[in-house]
Amino acid sequence: MMASIQPRKVPYFLTGPGVIFFAALLGAPMVMTLLLSLHSYDFNTGIQPDWTLANYVEVLGDSYFQKIFGRTFGLALLVTVICVLIGVPEAYVLSRLSSRWRSVFLLVVLGPLLISVVVRTLGWALFFGGNGVLTMTAQALGFGDEPVSLMFTFTGMTIALVHVLVPFMVISVWASLQKIDPQSEDAGLSLGASKMTVLRRITLPQAMPGILSGSIIVFALTASAFATPAIIGGRRMKVVATAAYDEYLSTLNWPLGATIAILLLLANIGIIVSYNKLIERRFAKVFE
Amino acid sequence: MSFLIFETLNKKFGDFVAVRDMSLSVERGEFISLLGPSGCGKTTTLQMVAGLLPPTSGRIVLDGKDITKTPPNQRGLGIVFQSYALFPHMTATDNVAFGLEMRGVGKAERTDRARGALDQVKLGQFVDRYPKDMSGGQRQRVALARALVIEPPVLLLDEPLSNLDAKLREEMRIELRLLQQDIGVTTILVTHDQEEALSMSDRIVVMQQGDVAQIAAPLDLYERPTNTFVSDFVGKTNLIQGQITGDNEVNVDGTRVSVDTLAHTHGSSVTLSIRPEKFQMSDDPSGHEVRVEAAIFLGASWLYRVKGSMGDLFVTQPNTGSAGYAKGDVAWLGWPEGALTLFKGAQ
Amino acid sequence: MQNLGPAARIFHALFVIFILAPLIMVIAVSFTDKGYLSLPTDGLSLRWFRAILDNPDFIDAFWMSVWLAVISASVAVLISVPAALAIARHKFPGRDVISAFLLSPLMIPHLVLGVAFLQFYSTIGLGGSFYGLAAAHVILITPYALRLALASATGLSTDAENAALTLGASKFTVFRRITLPLILPGVAGGWLLSFITSFDELTMSVFVASPATQTLPVRMYHHITQTIDPLIASISTVLIVLTFLVMLILDRFYGLDKIFVGKG
Repeated sequence: MMASIQPRKVPYFLTGPGVIFFAALLGAPMVMTLLLSLHSYDFNTGIQPDWTLANYVEVLGDSYFQKIFGRTFGLALLVTVICVLIGVPEAYVLSRLSSRWRSVFLLVVLGPLLISVVVRTLGWALFFGGNGVLTMTAQALGFGDEPVSLMFTFTGMTIALVHVLVPFMVISVWASLQKIDPQSEDAGLSLGASKMTVLRRITLPQAMPGILSGSIIVFALTASAFATPAIIGGRRMKVVATAAYDEYLSTLNWPLGATIAILLLLANIGIIVSYNKLIERRFAKVFE
Repeated sequence: MSFLIFETLNKKFGDFVAVRDMSLSVERGEFISLLGPSGCGKTTTLQMVAGLLPPTSGRIVLDGKDITKTPPNQRGLGIVFQSYALFPHMTATDNVAFGLEMRGVGKAERTDRARGALDQVKLGQFVDRYPKDMSGGQRQRVALARALVIEPPVLLLDEPLSNLDAKLREEMRIELRLLQQDIGVTTILVTHDQEEALSMSDRIVVMQQGDVAQIAAPLDLYERPTNTFVSDFVGKTNLIQGQITGDNEVNVDGTRVSVDTLAHTHGSSVTLSIRPEKFQMSDDPSGHEVRVEAAIFLGASWLYRVKGSMGDLFVTQPNTGSAGYAKGDVAWLGWPEGALTLFKGAQ
Repeated sequence: MQNLGPAARIFHALFVIFILAPLIMVIAVSFTDKGYLSLPTDGLSLRWFRAILDNPDFIDAFWMSVWLAVISASVAVLISVPAALAIARHKFPGRDVISAFLLSPLMIPHLVLGVAFLQFYSTIGLGGSFYGLAAAHVILITPYALRLALASATGLSTDAENAALTLGASKFTVFRRITLPLILPGVAGGWLLSFITSFDELTMSVFVASPATQTLPVRMYHHITQTIDPLIASISTVLIVLTFLVMLILDRFYGLDKIFVGKG
């Protein structure tokens, strides 16, 4: 008889290649980055062989980095709020369209997710630049000849990031709206509720899990966004990701860059995990 | 020696006993039904025969060979799954030819034989259709053709008709039975539908919570159930509690009913079983007096719920074309000798 | 458009304009006949599309991205399919941990991955190599491939496989003839989504790619940080058109909404 694999071991053979690949090429680099953040750096002699938390003390204590972290957090919060404000109504509108229009507009709203972030951000850079459309419009309307530029501004970054990330909010809310039994809305109407009341008391609460998970996705992606802040914000309006980039590729202070990256990762995971816990606790009873 | 033998088959899932000490001998060409409510172990038994589940203990012997440990792809049995389990990415012909291909039959021959099998189940028109383009009944036939074309020693049917609508189901019962007799293939059918089992089988195995409740031919099973579970599950019946008060006499809440009590001890509690259609209902004031509480017209018959001194009873009377009894009417029930079955103990 | 008041319609129109505006802007600028950034007010011109051909470094970067995406998406699928079958159809100790591990890159910012790979590869002497970049991309996109493979493996009933088994097929034949064809649509969708994700990736690649392995997004990013000109707009227009074609395929076969639920 042929030697055969014990049934109990089969799943480990099937997942084995992935697990080994990930352990070697994800586990090892992540651990090394953590270790690197514990070394100090000297501008003349490079990375030191010592073990220290000095980098963490520096990043967390330095007002320069505090400002960058604060700005990143504020940006993420603002982008998330705007995405909720415009993404939730849009998802609702989409769910109300006839099926033909719905598939067209789903394509319009979700399609950009497949287009490179660089390209999408470039579009805003063209709007925002000193000789961009914004300036031309302002001049044509007689607001003076000064170029109006949103390049390198917080506002510019916010607009571009909302554009890049709002599809995630729409799709997430859309998914939970899909699960709603349309008859529950009819039932509300039949019981004498107005359309507005049905929306507020019946539809919105059922869409809440989608709004929350959309928020977490948008928040996490904004907090770690690189391409859009790098192009629109540039050196003048640094966020955590662009600051880490500069530490690595311009200043060459790798340990400090690694520290920023580790802190970003911890913040990211912390937010996702606590948000998930919150969602589970609040909605576990209602939604399976 | 019988063709297919189950020897004290047991199947446990952890502490749960799905099948307990199942023993059965099936003759060549016989049509056997495993009948019972969901969770009674009938599907588990079928899967053990198919080789998809290993028994915890016991043996399965086919044509003198112990196949208990034979893998499913070497048993050569034909199986029709409840979901039909057609291969959605293959045409009807390719579905049917798959088993032949696995047996190394050449392409031309297996296409020929597959088409022949599809012809046999009246699907000659649909040989190139994909399952998604077929109706439930057509899919069911493809599954049947696929199972039969490999000329299996045993055909296993797992609730094959349960996904069809009522009318089609009745037609398929007859067709399936005729086909089976025609080919002469030994068949085991798993079903929870007692009509299906009664109408198709040579013998029926009634199962209850992993145990065999009774094994008998359809008429025997219906007329002479050996316990209240079988009498209640196979067909409809009225179960009446009483006490033996004398020779051939049972007392039901003060009403004396005469019945053969030979096998039972004086004074013991018993349960009487009588089928609704065994009653004769008339205006002639003799027999058991009852008042009609509900009357339901079923087309071919009337179903009444009546109340009398023996408690609530269900009565079925054939539709003779005239109006039946109405709610509130008083009528008298009689029954022929032997219509009552007596079981030991209270229900 | 039933049940929608005028306010909702106006909102919807503004939202769609907001979504499309930057893309239309890029496309408009790419057709300018001027030598500098401007809208094609004096007539359309293809000069900036011809200019792409004079910039072989962009074309090289494009092919680099295509190759990278093909290889890494294929490896990601090869890893994901068996893993998805195991996770979807077996209960085994450690299943949840393994599945969380293989999906974990979704929770790690690309910047962090970039930083980690930069240091890792320079330590083990793979800095700037194509295979290092490809491996990094595999890590990044495997979760996408895995999720689509998981979705199709979970929806797969074992009945058809059992049927094939009882008809005499060996386990390998069952996999090749039944299981694989049935999960193929999900696998192909996973491959395509992985391909696009890899093709578009910037943040991690900016750290890992060397001048010799520059991908198109990295090349474009470096160009934009230096200068924004109609050339970069025309390249972007080409990308928009290509992506649109892929998007139509994905939408046709899977529905974009199904692919993106929970992405990110």
